[in-house]
Amino acid sequence: MTEEMERDERVFLMGEEVAEYNGAYKVSEGMLEKFGPKRVIDTPISENGFCGLGVGAAMNGLRPIIEFMTFNFSFVAIDQIINNAAKIRYMSGGQFSVPIVFRGANGAAGQLAATHNTSTESIYSTIPGLKVIAPSNPDDAKGLLKSAIRDDNPVIFLESEVMFGMKGEVSDAEDYIIPIGKARIAKEGTDVTIVAHSKSYHIAMRVAERLEENGYSAEVIDPRTIRPLDIDTIVESIKKTNRCVIIDESNPYASISSEITFQIQDRAFDFLDAPIKRITAKDVPAPYAKNLIEYYMPQEEDAYQACLSVMYAK
Amino acid sequence: MAIAVEMPKMSDTMEEGVLAAWLVEEGTSISAGDVVAQVETDKATMDLEVYDDGVLLKRVIGEGDSVPIGGLIAILGQEGEDVSAILAKYQGGGDGASAESAPAASEPAPAVSEPAPAPAAEAPAAAPSTGGRVKASPLARKMASEQGIDLAAIAGSGPEGRIIKRDVEAAMGGTAQPAAQPVAPAETPRPAVEPSAPVGAPDGAYESVRISQMRKTIARRLAESKFTNPHFYLTADIDMSEAVTFRAKLNEKAEARDLGKVSFNDLVTKACALALRQHPWVNASWMEAEGEIRLHKDVHVAIAVAVDEGLITPVIRHADRKGLTELSSETRDLATRARNRELQPEDWSGSTFSTSNLGMFGIDEFTAIINPPNACILAIGSIRDVPVVKDGVVVPGKQMKVTLSCDHRVVDGATGAEFLKTVRGYLEDPVTMLL
Repeated sequence: MTEEMERDERVFLMGEEVAEYNGAYKVSEGMLEKFGPKRVIDTPISENGFCGLGVGAAMNGLRPIIEFMTFNFSFVAIDQIINNAAKIRYMSGGQFSVPIVFRGANGAAGQLAATHNTSTESIYSTIPGLKVIAPSNPDDAKGLLKSAIRDDNPVIFLESEVMFGMKGEVSDAEDYIIPIGKARIAKEGTDVTIVAHSKSYHIAMRVAERLEENGYSAEVIDPRTIRPLDIDTIVESIKKTNRCVIIDESNPYASISSEITFQIQDRAFDFLDAPIKRITAKDVPAPYAKNLIEYYMPQEEDAYQACLSVMYAK
Repeated sequence: MAIAVEMPKMSDTMEEGVLAAWLVEEGTSISAGDVVAQVETDKATMDLEVYDDGVLLKRVIGEGDSVPIGGLIAILGQEGEDVSAILAKYQGGGDGASAESAPAASEPAPAVSEPAPAPAAEAPAAAPSTGGRVKASPLARKMASEQGIDLAAIAGSGPEGRIIKRDVEAAMGGTAQPAAQPVAPAETPRPAVEPSAPVGAPDGAYESVRISQMRKTIARRLAESKFTNPHFYLTADIDMSEAVTFRAKLNEKAEARDLGKVSFNDLVTKACALALRQHPWVNASWMEAEGEIRLHKDVHVAIAVAVDEGLITPVIRHADRKGLTELSSETRDLATRARNRELQPEDWSGSTFSTSNLGMFGIDEFTAIINPPNACILAIGSIRDVPVVKDGVVVPGKQMKVTLSCDHRVVDGATGAEFLKTVRGYLEDPVTMLL
């Protein structure tokens, strides 16, 4: 964010605790000091208000980054996001664009109970006019956030409290941009394709390792951008492996995994040797009890068994 | 009420059976206990009995068809009864695939996530001779249609009999007619397969042999053994000169008493059996699932017998307690029954050790693959006339190499070596086997 704010003075950050507190999760640490209160702005607890503010600012030529403490709170402002941010360019015949980024922590993060554990990628992906990005590691997060800020469309950028502490190699290229809408083949393989984004990506890599130990070669694809989806990369993989398991942290009904499944069978029907399986959060509001919330999440063992089953292996 | 006759599990390792021959016509009245067909399993051809009275309403599969265990073979019932319900139960309905454990995702999920593959796969179903729906994955259908293979002729190894990629690949690999019977009338597409199926070299002529149940089982078990057991091998070159003399004398006596002759293999079997009693760790099995190494108290030696299509290992029970004549005649009897495909499951299971002899083919030595769940197998070579050194002088000798393959999870080098030392002791001084 700092790089983009240095590069373009129209970019500014707004949200709860982003300025004085240095960020609820320290994401914006030091930014108030560097850029001043006109570009790093604390808000009251009023998502609907400050999202509307952001949309208006974007329509008027600025490039706001609106931070949600978690995307669970975005529902308070969902009208601003879905009816305004996503549709104004279309409804104004292109006279206004809304180059806004809504970013923040998404998805379950332990014993936070039902109202604080929703994974929203499926909900936002269904809206035409929005782009939805969900990186799984620091390097992708950097490259994609810069792209998101530079994109003239409204972008939903989904991070994760659980991954904020994750350490990883990040490119130190001068101006590191990763194109939106391009998946990453994290691991090449020949026996089964596993598609997984965000936290689920890490489950997929562990499952792939286990499969490797048992002689199976899994190909792991991290879509990175949920909408627009890089279905071509996924389909090319299915043509090679003939079978797919999707790990998706959102609730199953009408979710990303449903969409990916539809697109795969639509384009690669003749290459499927088994039904597509998906491992998702359970179809219930997220529980509070520790054992239940752990069980609620996509389970690594279930993903492993699903891979074996689509390979018709024991 | 019509009754379904399913493929029973006739042996431990059996996963599917081939209907070798129908013995009863449709419409015939049968009683419980009647044999209606012959089924070829991975080991032998066996009788298929029915357990109910009734009329044989429908022979669901044809001669040469292969069906997995639990698959529908025939339908019995009252004359004129409707069989479509049973047929539908065994072959119809796309819900089966979805209903099987969709992990994590709850009830609405399977209905939502698997809408397209299931109905779409059923839509172009060809009208197969069995009258039911053929289940095949989209990929399998494509492959079969490209290769000109009739899906109805392929047995599916997927859930609910679904034909999947590897089934079509297997069908492409070998599509010759089943051994004894001419192709059943409904199966007419089959002859058309051979010209188009395999893509050989332009001038390469070859014969396709259907992979029989026996070959399939041999392939599966031995590949599994080779790749999971850490094999190591110990070879001993045994001086058989005493054994040669011993055997000659023995057979002189045997003939005089009108008893069968004893072979060298019988001597080795006996020597091994006695040695196994003294080396319990060689007479053992690695039992991963039970979390133990089982040291068997009884000695049951399996002897590898070559049959037409491959290999089978009938077992001599309590080989340590049997006299040489008894061992010999039992071995001969088992070998004959093996070649005639008359063995029953109890004949080839329960061994604690195995031997294999290729000496009669002039093989000096070889390494055998362990026959699970044994820990070892002894590969016996021919007796060679070679010069040996005795008391500093080179003399003609009779040597026989044996190679013990050991499962290193159960048997260490020293253990195997000591076992072989005992076996050598018995063979180099056969009289000691009487002690």
